[in-house]
Amino acid sequence: MRVTFRVNGKSATVDVPGDTPLLWVLRDVLDLKGTKYGCGIGECSACLVHLDGDPAHACMTSISSVEGSDVVTIEGLSPDGDHPLQRAWEELDVPQCGYCQAGQIMAAAALLKDHPHPTDADIDHAMDGNLCRCLTYGRIREAIHRAAGAGGGQ
Amino acid sequence: MTPRDPVGRREFLRVSAMAGGGVLIAAYLPSLDRVTRPASARAPAGGYEPNAYVSIARDGTVTITAKNPEIGQGVKTMLPMLIADELDVEWGRVRVEQASLDTAKYQEQWAGGSTATPINWLPMRRVGAAARAMLVAAAARSWNVSPASCTTKAGVVYHAPSGRQLAYGDLTGAAAGIAAPDLATVALKDPRDFTIIGKPTRGVDTRAIVTGRPLYGIDVSVPGMKYASYVKCPVFGGRVGSANTDDLKRQPGITDAFVVHGPADAPLSGLLDGVAIVGDGWWAVQTAREKLRVAWDEGDTAQQSSEGFARQAAQLSAQAPQRSLRNDGDAQAALGGAAHVVEAAYYYPFISHATLEPQNCTASYRGGKLELWAPTQTPASGRALVAKTLGMKEDDIVIHLTRGGGGFGRRLNNDYLVEAAAVARQAGVPVKLLWTREDDMQHDFYRPAGFHYFKGGVDAAGKLVAWTDHFVTFGQGDRYAPSANISPAEFPARFIPNFSLGASTIPLGVPTGALRAPGSNAIAFVMQSFIDELAHAAGRDPVQFRLDLLAAVQEGAAMDAQRMRGVLQLVAEKSGWGQGTLARGTGRGVAFHFSHRGYFAEVVQATVSKAGAVVVDKVWVAGDIGSQIINPLNAESQAQGAVLDGLSEAFGQQITIRGGRAEQSNFDAYRLMRMREAPPVDVQFLTTDFPPTGLGEPALPPAVAALCNAIFDATGKRVRSLPLSGQDLSWS
Repeated sequence: MRVTFRVNGKSATVDVPGDTPLLWVLRDVLDLKGTKYGCGIGECSACLVHLDGDPAHACMTSISSVEGSDVVTIEGLSPDGDHPLQRAWEELDVPQCGYCQAGQIMAAAALLKDHPHPTDADIDHAMDGNLCRCLTYGRIREAIHRAAGAGGGQ
Repeated sequence: MTPRDPVGRREFLRVSAMAGGGVLIAAYLPSLDRVTRPASARAPAGGYEPNAYVSIARDGTVTITAKNPEIGQGVKTMLPMLIADELDVEWGRVRVEQASLDTAKYQEQWAGGSTATPINWLPMRRVGAAARAMLVAAAARSWNVSPASCTTKAGVVYHAPSGRQLAYGDLTGAAAGIAAPDLATVALKDPRDFTIIGKPTRGVDTRAIVTGRPLYGIDVSVPGMKYASYVKCPVFGGRVGSANTDDLKRQPGITDAFVVHGPADAPLSGLLDGVAIVGDGWWAVQTAREKLRVAWDEGDTAQQSSEGFARQAAQLSAQAPQRSLRNDGDAQAALGGAAHVVEAAYYYPFISHATLEPQNCTASYRGGKLELWAPTQTPASGRALVAKTLGMKEDDIVIHLTRGGGGFGRRLNNDYLVEAAAVARQAGVPVKLLWTREDDMQHDFYRPAGFHYFKGGVDAAGKLVAWTDHFVTFGQGDRYAPSANISPAEFPARFIPNFSLGASTIPLGVPTGALRAPGSNAIAFVMQSFIDELAHAAGRDPVQFRLDLLAAVQEGAAMDAQRMRGVLQLVAEKSGWGQGTLARGTGRGVAFHFSHRGYFAEVVQATVSKAGAVVVDKVWVAGDIGSQIINPLNAESQAQGAVLDGLSEAFGQQITIRGGRAEQSNFDAYRLMRMREAPPVDVQFLTTDFPPTGLGEPALPPAVAALCNAIFDATGKRVRSLPLSGQDLSWS
């Protein structure tokens, strides 16, 4: 089926089976490889994107449901990769293997929109769906606090 | 031993003019055992091979090739740091490029065993130092002065007496005509003069990661590429009888489907039977896969189960070990005379690597030549496997190394490479083979489960005098399943006067392999837990009991007891061990372990609710990996990650086998640690006068036992099997 939606501010029209998950449309049709496949069942959040402003698992979102929606991926989080979270992630050198980090940053960005200055409990709650197999959780937490201090929620 | 080949004869640099006017340097470097010994003990023996490239452009940009696979351990940043520091350039002007597999040029290109640092510490520095010496010589010649009167700083050669200077980029032409210095004698910096080594340095790919740029195997795209799945029998090693491939070919978006028969003698790490499904998109392939019907020949492994293994282990434990691995003194007599004797049975389960990026490989076969793009820890082994299986020459196979979304030992095996190669050749189109999470978890090379049956005795003075361990593991006779063996020298051998270690094996059809700190991740749990039991039986403080045990070292011990005492004392001090009192339900545990040339001692503080829920409050880590922490920013992160990895394994990870297959298939059933469960981890490094060693693994093993020992301290309940989930740890 033909589906038209916006990705990172630009209109996109794709023609794929309606049950195709948004994840595979992003990666293999639109060549946006930043959003990752980890589990396919919404358990790891490596595929986390923003769908009409809310965090969503791209692996569980069928393309038929995003007609007319606004999707933001890691590639579109900021114009030059300079979102306060991206800067904080760089400054603290958060990634090890790095595979989960796009999903982590997108989850954190959604958190900061609602809670510009999150507590540790807010962070625990918002990031509970994101697995980091290298277990860089300490630096992820620190980076979120740092970005919040730099106005990451604005 | 007589040195066959004096240092210097083959340890040389080749220099040639590079297109564009730069200098290209290939270095011949020594092998692992040569560079891991303390300097005084290093023997000048042969075995030099090429393995590093540096280029300097006219504009002064330095490009350093990172030869090893990057799987999150930080090697793509660390190895170039070594070269850049001795070259004396600014890190900001260094560009790092990932090498493809080229063992003629780079020799050792693999990731495993925390070996990158011990193998490369001196050789990579020499590469940089030799290049610097040539640039200095070139400048000195142009000024007609002595090289000894010149200095360098940040990519510039200076001649202070005359006030002249030349940037490296302006010397590339002249340097190409300079004879290469002897790598063995080239002067290295005094560590006090390091400008990059020892400085917190961000990963060279960090920016690409946080902006979502393609880096990983899963991100590879080549022209005309199709997508593939390769469906294997859920029972390990099962064969394909027949499959409805004609039906599959008619499914939307499917371009091909066929049965692949692996070689009859293929090991579990080779090409196993399967059904290939190839299509225009990965999702189309998954959709068609639901319609796949296969008549499998499951084979004998279908009879195996975790419950069956436990029954066999219990039976074996009632008998003498099938093989004696070590007998010191008279353990039976010493147990008879001990003041306190403890007997305990320990168990740990199979666990999965669960790299977050599932196994994948992109393959293109054209005109008898094969090109592969893959996240693999052992590309040379992968090339050999593919060549052998497909009947190709290794020279006709090119392997590009992509960043790996985690490795942990999973990508030491190259089963997914040979599958992609076989599918691409038969399909006649380039394919990206991408496993589902379920494929990945159900076709892993698991950390083998194991059983230890201990008896230990302490004398009236509280000294550990007797120890027996019957290790029931997997294998056939004395051929152990991969990573299911134990060294006869494993601690506490040579620290207890009356000591016996024996082993019995259970046949296994389940694939096993190295998982981060292989062997040690399980052995440290059982040894350091049982030592804790004996400390408590003796009424001794667990730290002091261990310090005394380390002081009882005898000749032939596998580790340097003094170094271990050093980190144990440091972690006790940093954690405030024995000071103050803890609330009821809160406890502390300590453990240490030597592995991968590294010495680590750790203290865990955990709080257990009356209902038995465990929260780790904090972990303290002390490590000794030698004289230099090369990149403190990454070192801290690696140690923290390894410790949490151990805790994550202890809390919830297990693969159970039933009907010859893994029962767990995704993260809903295979539980990894999440952020809310991750405690702060304080990391201290004790620098000692030994060559620097690696850090990917050795911080992991003590964490498991330290946690279990803390739970005992908190609750009085001894954890003798893993994982913790499902165990009753309640107290009142």
